[in-house]
Amino acid sequence: MIASALPEQTTATAAGPPSAGGSVASALADTGVDELLREFDSELIGLAPVKARIREIAALLLIDRLRRERGFTAAGGPSLHMCFTGNPGTGKTTVAMRMAAILHRLGYIRKGHLIAVTRDDLVGQFIGHTAPKTKEVLKKAMGGVLFIDEAYYLYRPENERDYGQEAIEILLQVMENNRDDLVVILAGYKDRMDRFFESNPGLSSRIAHHIDFPDYRTGELMQIAQRMLDAMHYRFDAEAASVFDEYLRLRMAQPHFANARSVRNALDRARLRHAYRLYSHPEADTSDEALTTITAADLRASRVFAAAEPGTQAAQ
Amino acid sequence: MRLTQGTFSFLPDLTDEQIGKQIDYCLGQHWAVAIEHTDDPHPRNAFWDMHGAPMFDLNDAAGAMYELAACRAAFPQRYIRVTAFDSTLGVESIRIAFIVNRPEHEPGFRLVRQEAPGRTVRYSIESYAVAANPEGARYS
Repeated sequence: MIASALPEQTTATAAGPPSAGGSVASALADTGVDELLREFDSELIGLAPVKARIREIAALLLIDRLRRERGFTAAGGPSLHMCFTGNPGTGKTTVAMRMAAILHRLGYIRKGHLIAVTRDDLVGQFIGHTAPKTKEVLKKAMGGVLFIDEAYYLYRPENERDYGQEAIEILLQVMENNRDDLVVILAGYKDRMDRFFESNPGLSSRIAHHIDFPDYRTGELMQIAQRMLDAMHYRFDAEAASVFDEYLRLRMAQPHFANARSVRNALDRARLRHAYRLYSHPEADTSDEALTTITAADLRASRVFAAAEPGTQAAQ
Repeated sequence: MRLTQGTFSFLPDLTDEQIGKQIDYCLGQHWAVAIEHTDDPHPRNAFWDMHGAPMFDLNDAAGAMYELAACRAAFPQRYIRVTAFDSTLGVESIRIAFIVNRPEHEPGFRLVRQEAPGRTVRYSIESYAVAANPEGARYS
């Protein structure tokens, strides 16, 4: 991959004139996208297939740019409409935000803003309301990225007079005709998106990149928790870290597990208990240590452990 | 007769690329871009028809160009102008307006002389474009 080959190439071509066949690395350095990708790699945990695809897209845009400078034009730019599918909390929205910045840095979109919408923002409430509403949103998003969260809600098969279909048609038309002006990213849960595409094959075929977000493994979730705690200026003590690991295993086995979002919620609840523990022991000291440390007891109080209890007893 | 009204009107017609750049400038100033059209280019005709609502939340000229293309398709034989509204307190007015579409044939204006008492002559102008259509045909 281009980024990994960067360091040695930079030194090799530092003196060469750029027009007479500079290296990929020098072009990459000009855009600053390498730094952005590196940041993307290090700040987001896991998501290997997503990162690989985004690297490929970045590479394509960069090479396209080099080709254009030499006069090799491919008719029209590449189509970059994307579809992110994955379970809740796997980072779809976060990646979409990054995507806008990356595409902007690569010069594919002109402004680099992201407009996040759902069905409510696109579909109107009465006849003749949908088209202007959808167009308004599309115009706002031009020059940037339009992110449609839970896109499958656009199509309601149970109601044949639903206005969602009209929104989809306008969307399709603009996606095709104004390809250079905006990038559309659809996001949603895998199974429902698949059903949505089955009933709208035109939409599926106009989206070049279907990217599936895998679930996080326990180790990755642990890293994410660590990252979140750092950002909030908390930390686990030695025992709490292993208890949280155990918590994650139990929680993952339960229904409605929402990956990173569940981790965030668990930490938020632990913060509540931590605060209440300090509050209910007024005589306890309020050193920095006490204010920032989440202990095993704060985590143990979770319902998840209580629910697991009968199971473990039965096993014994 | 070539109509000269608004900004840039003594220059050759702007290309789409140039229009886009002007709109980008307007958006950069946080002005709201709107598209208007009329068949009556009389200089005192302040009320052109609006093509949709003014676009307050645009980030890029492409959105306005998209509407302009739609307006041109609907009214190829009308005058179309782009206006930019500045909502700053104390200004609250159009900052710039420029013509982006003209009919193929621009008939110009007729000078009308009205006799008044004492051999006074009052002058007014009337656009031929309006006079060309018979009664009732303009607003059908």
